[in-house]
Amino acid sequence: MNVTGFWAMGGYARYVWPCVALALGILVWNIWSARRHHARALASAARAIAMAGSERA
Amino acid sequence: MPTWFYRLASPPYVYRVAARFAPWLLAGAGLLIVYGLVDGLAFTPPDYQQGDAFRIIYVHVPASALSVMAYTFMAVAAAIGLIWRIKVAFAVAAAAAPIGASFTLLTLVTGSLWGRPMWGTYWAWDPRLTSELILLFLYFGVMSLRVAFEDPSRGDRAAALLAVVGVVNVPIIHFSVVWWNSLHQGATILKLGTPAIDASMRWPLYASLLGFMLFFGGVLCLRLRGEVLQRERLATWVREAVRP
Amino acid sequence: MSVGLWRAMGLVLRRDLALSLRRPEQLVQPLVFFLIVTTLFPLSLSPESSLLRQMAPGVLWVSALLAALLSMDGLFRGDAEDGTLEQLLLSGQSLGGIVIAKTFAHWLVSGAALVLVSPLVAMALEIPVAAFPVMMLSLGLGTLTLSWLGAIGAGLTVGLRRGSVLLSLIVLPLAMPLLIFGANATDRAIGGETAAGALYFLGSLCLLTTTLAPLAATAALRITLE
Repeated sequence: MNVTGFWAMGGYARYVWPCVALALGILVWNIWSARRHHARALASAARAIAMAGSERA
Repeated sequence: MPTWFYRLASPPYVYRVAARFAPWLLAGAGLLIVYGLVDGLAFTPPDYQQGDAFRIIYVHVPASALSVMAYTFMAVAAAIGLIWRIKVAFAVAAAAAPIGASFTLLTLVTGSLWGRPMWGTYWAWDPRLTSELILLFLYFGVMSLRVAFEDPSRGDRAAALLAVVGVVNVPIIHFSVVWWNSLHQGATILKLGTPAIDASMRWPLYASLLGFMLFFGGVLCLRLRGEVLQRERLATWVREAVRP
Repeated sequence: MSVGLWRAMGLVLRRDLALSLRRPEQLVQPLVFFLIVTTLFPLSLSPESSLLRQMAPGVLWVSALLAALLSMDGLFRGDAEDGTLEQLLLSGQSLGGIVIAKTFAHWLVSGAALVLVSPLVAMALEIPVAAFPVMMLSLGLGTLTLSWLGAIGAGLTVGLRRGSVLLSLIVLPLAMPLLIFGANATDRAIGGETAAGALYFLGSLCLLTTTLAPLAATAALRITLE
């Protein structure tokens, strides 16, 4: 398999590779965003519990 | 109904189970997608008509399939939430929305980049492209509506209703290439009979498609944990979960 | 003394019509908007006849769509603000029936009025008189469909402060097929071809929304009010 031919994609490289890059980018974004969302929810829950705890104290 | 079915309505159960499933789903997704893309990009023979440009299929088709599946999934979850008043269902719908929207965006952009060499244009106002664009707007509408309400539970219900109303667009997207003369290719895989795609190109595509589906499941689990936590912030079980 | 369903709907219809007619300026504003927006296009692009001929159906329909959307926010808002909506909910009458009556009353003074004014607008766009019947029929079906879709959007957003923007955001994607077929029907009529296909499609869209939208709009109101 020809390596330079692979990158050139038969002349269509500027269409194919941005697609692949965007796809990988979106996959990564999904994971990152989901984890960030969870982390924020955890922090917010911890704050809410701390406040509720301090009110009772 | 089996017990696990009822347990699915329990927020702490879902919170725990999602954590356990996510890594497996994502690992499986990773393997399948890597195989699908590597094989599809490097090893399958070029298309006799489209040359190497056809390889965009390995991201475009899974993305488009998922964009529609995610919306249907969201609408079903929304309907379950509205009919049986199950809060976890609303969390599931909320988690699915941004994932589906991102896949819709991916579909539109990869489709556009594929269209340029194939049809000579980055965009065409044909039924399938237009209905996919409408899908993106519907996702945005649902997400915007949910956060527009001060009362989150009201926001959940309103967004759920809108999601269900918008589901009429899904069959339109799928059948648009059948009902109208469309620039876009007709159904080659999701139809009755043998798929109209050559065997040598088939397997990486199936792998990529399945990989994207597992990916959706995995990311949904990740996001669902955050959504459940948000809605159950003041519940007792959360104290245990949050404790470091 | 309990009032029957048809009687209740008739009363709501009469009340809403009476209230609307009491404020004629509120009825006229969307129509004026329709006229003004339509003229913006030939002004900004080119008044040249051939270009006008091409863009007339689209311009007509986009302007009608926007004008109809403009008035949609008022469907429930007035009653929501003074508490009438809650009273209607508590009245024990079918909320679905009330929604149908209100939406129909609203269409009579907005959409139907748009249809009646459309010949004026059409003349400004140099649409031939022969195309008027198809144009008006398509606009009639289209505005009615839009009223039903708008009712869903209005039901969902009536409690929100900046509800009208969100309402447009929600309704416009759902209204796009309408726009496509309505403009297509008008375009064919101008060209002298038969618009039957597009009109049938518009008709079926109208039928679909007339039967299903009231359910959704009623559910939306319940979510907002309860």
